[in-house]
Amino acid sequence: MTGSGIFNQVMFWLFAVMAVAPGFGILLAKDIVRQAFWLLLSLVGFAGLYLHLGADFLGFIQVLVYIGGILILFLFGVMLTYRMDVPLKEVKGWGLVFPGIIAGILTASALLYVASRTPWNAAAKATAPTVSAVGSRVMSTFILPFEVISMVLLVALIGATYIARRKEDKGRSEE
Amino acid sequence: MSALTAIFSMSGALLAAALAQAGSGAGAASSAAAAAEVVPAAGIGLVHYLVVSAMVFTLGIAIIIIRRNAIAVLMGIELLLNSAGLNFVAFSRYVAKDGIDGQVVTIFIIVLAAAEAALALAIILNIYNNLNTVDVDEADALKG
Repeated sequence: MTGSGIFNQVMFWLFAVMAVAPGFGILLAKDIVRQAFWLLLSLVGFAGLYLHLGADFLGFIQVLVYIGGILILFLFGVMLTYRMDVPLKEVKGWGLVFPGIIAGILTASALLYVASRTPWNAAAKATAPTVSAVGSRVMSTFILPFEVISMVLLVALIGATYIARRKEDKGRSEE
Repeated sequence: MSALTAIFSMSGALLAAALAQAGSGAGAASSAAAAAEVVPAAGIGLVHYLVVSAMVFTLGIAIIIIRRNAIAVLMGIELLLNSAGLNFVAFSRYVAKDGIDGQVVTIFIIVLAAAEAALALAIILNIYNNLNTVDVDEADALKG
């Protein structure tokens, strides 16, 4: 995709709004399940943006891992910790709101200033299917990070199952 | 209080959008040569993706600061990771020699996000089992 043409622009703006707008939903929704579904919409928007950038493999990985894995994990976490009788207090006084807004505005201005004022050496390249290129790059240039991140994932998942497992007898002082 | 929070957040985001407009406008006014390179006359350029990424990053920060549910805080962290990944892919498409390296790094980011979500949810489950809440302000046993 060359980035010109009305179809590309419409697609970009559609996915951009789909990626940004659910952030407000997550910020403002009362219910944690509604927040999770806003997050789903945002992740779909990001997958569309990846596809629009020509990263087809990454777009589908985004759908598979984020929406199929992480979001379902979130919903399980909500299911296991949801209590109707104890409503969370969402904002603890005004002491947290104004620092949050000020920090958000400062972060946004800094990022947008840098993004719009820096003369990036930007030129879009032609896109082709990236699956084989990504695979050979992972297995050649990025082989060490690939092995390290495999180990990190294995250790993290074993640790997560160890931490989250139900302790049968809490009286024993082993844990 | 919640409605007021909503109004303030909306005004902050509107201000951010206005800043984006003003930033690109000022750039075009001050240095026309650089601006012609930065902001293409037609079509979607690098800056579009950077602005989207910056707005999502800011929203993630706001979610982490304002929301008190630990799972909502995790969602904010996921938004931050996503915006970082979008930056990697956009830069590798528009700036790098070929567009593959940034995609590989973003795949690594996604793997790390999966590991982080699994571990964090396990910790949240433990906090819930011990303290009977997922409010991040209640888990303050290590606070001095």
